[in-house]
Amino acid sequence: MPSLKAFRNRIRSVKSTQKITSAMKMVAAAKLRRAQEQAEAARPYAERMERMLGSLAASLAKSAGAPRLLAGTGKDQVQLLVVATSDRGLCGAFNSSIVRDARLMIRSLQRDGKTVKILCVGRKARTQLTRDYRSNIVETFEDVGRRRLSYDDAQKIADRVNAMFEAGEFDVCTIIYNRFTSAIKQTVTRQQLIPFAVPAEAGEAAAGGARAVYEYEPDEGEILSALLPRNLAVQIFRALLENNASEQGARMTAMDNATRNAGDMIDRLTLQYNRTRQAVITKELIEIISGADAV
Amino acid sequence: MANTVQFELVSPERLLVSKPAEMIVVPGAEGDFGVLPGHAPMISTVRPGIIGIYRDGKIDERIFVAGGFAEVMPDRCTVLADEAISLAGIDRAAAEARVRAAKEAVDAAVREEDIRAAKQRLAGAELLLKAVEGTSGH
Repeated sequence: MPSLKAFRNRIRSVKSTQKITSAMKMVAAAKLRRAQEQAEAARPYAERMERMLGSLAASLAKSAGAPRLLAGTGKDQVQLLVVATSDRGLCGAFNSSIVRDARLMIRSLQRDGKTVKILCVGRKARTQLTRDYRSNIVETFEDVGRRRLSYDDAQKIADRVNAMFEAGEFDVCTIIYNRFTSAIKQTVTRQQLIPFAVPAEAGEAAAGGARAVYEYEPDEGEILSALLPRNLAVQIFRALLENNASEQGARMTAMDNATRNAGDMIDRLTLQYNRTRQAVITKELIEIISGADAV
Repeated sequence: MANTVQFELVSPERLLVSKPAEMIVVPGAEGDFGVLPGHAPMISTVRPGIIGIYRDGKIDERIFVAGGFAEVMPDRCTVLADEAISLAGIDRAAAEARVRAAKEAVDAAVREEDIRAAKQRLAGAELLLKAVEGTSGH
């Protein structure tokens, strides 16, 4: 049986761990609120851009010669995966669920004989994917939005993706991230960025005739070719914002669980400690009494 | 018909301005255009320049934008801006600092497209400086 001192030490160490996890939980809760506000604030821009793209794409679909960012290269041989994770761990299954889905997708693509290239956002994606797919990783972005996620971060990634696309290094680009549902639920989402799929409702609303017919200045093609790279950055920005909120949500839940588990552990250890203490007292009493009897 | 247009200025990070106006002058890629209530639906690219918001027959607010897109509807005018600075909220020193930073970027750029982008940035910054000087002069 462990000594009383060992129990005391054990209880003390669990208590200090519990303090850390509960502090992390509160920090994550504060960051989650900020991340949600940020995601909320970015929505108007994305919505309006989607509306404009919808009507542009609808009017351009009739005429041939849509830009390649919208129409694609006509092939799907080389696939670029943008795997967006966090830089830090201790957030439950957040990172591993993204990486698991990425692996699944890579495997099924490779089975179909496609070439897969990986662009990692966040340190965790790289460390977890390096072992199996070191040669497939083309670039890693780290410390994205370490203090506060800004549009420039997304722009940088978008510029890189765009440059690769212009250079003909891939045909289809998909981003994998966690969509935020609530603090306890995040859904791994694959979204195709290039060629960009205009959301059906936006396109329909534009084509349905309920919308007015726009004049374009300069012409459709020119606006579209200016709008599409911007849209790429906006979509990446949106994914990163969702991811950020998901990360904080996942961390909050994980740390809440850890704090509760630590509490249970302390209760159990305290009970054992008290039992042992009583046993020691009883033993000492028996020794004294039997010693007195022997005299 | 209402005699105002709902003006909205949105940056990728948040909604910056949303208020009614009598007329908005937007620096379109092919020349400035004014938006009055009942304007025909239009989508245009925006070059770096100053957006003027008119109320009660005079300029209410002037905002510098570093390019973007504008969507005009009969009752609404939405500008998706890359970057926007209200002229009321910037002083001369800040504008000069922007011009300097842009000049350095032009000198530092190596690739052709970088040079072009930096020059565009410089032109925008100079425009902003001129506008700031214009307002402070009165």
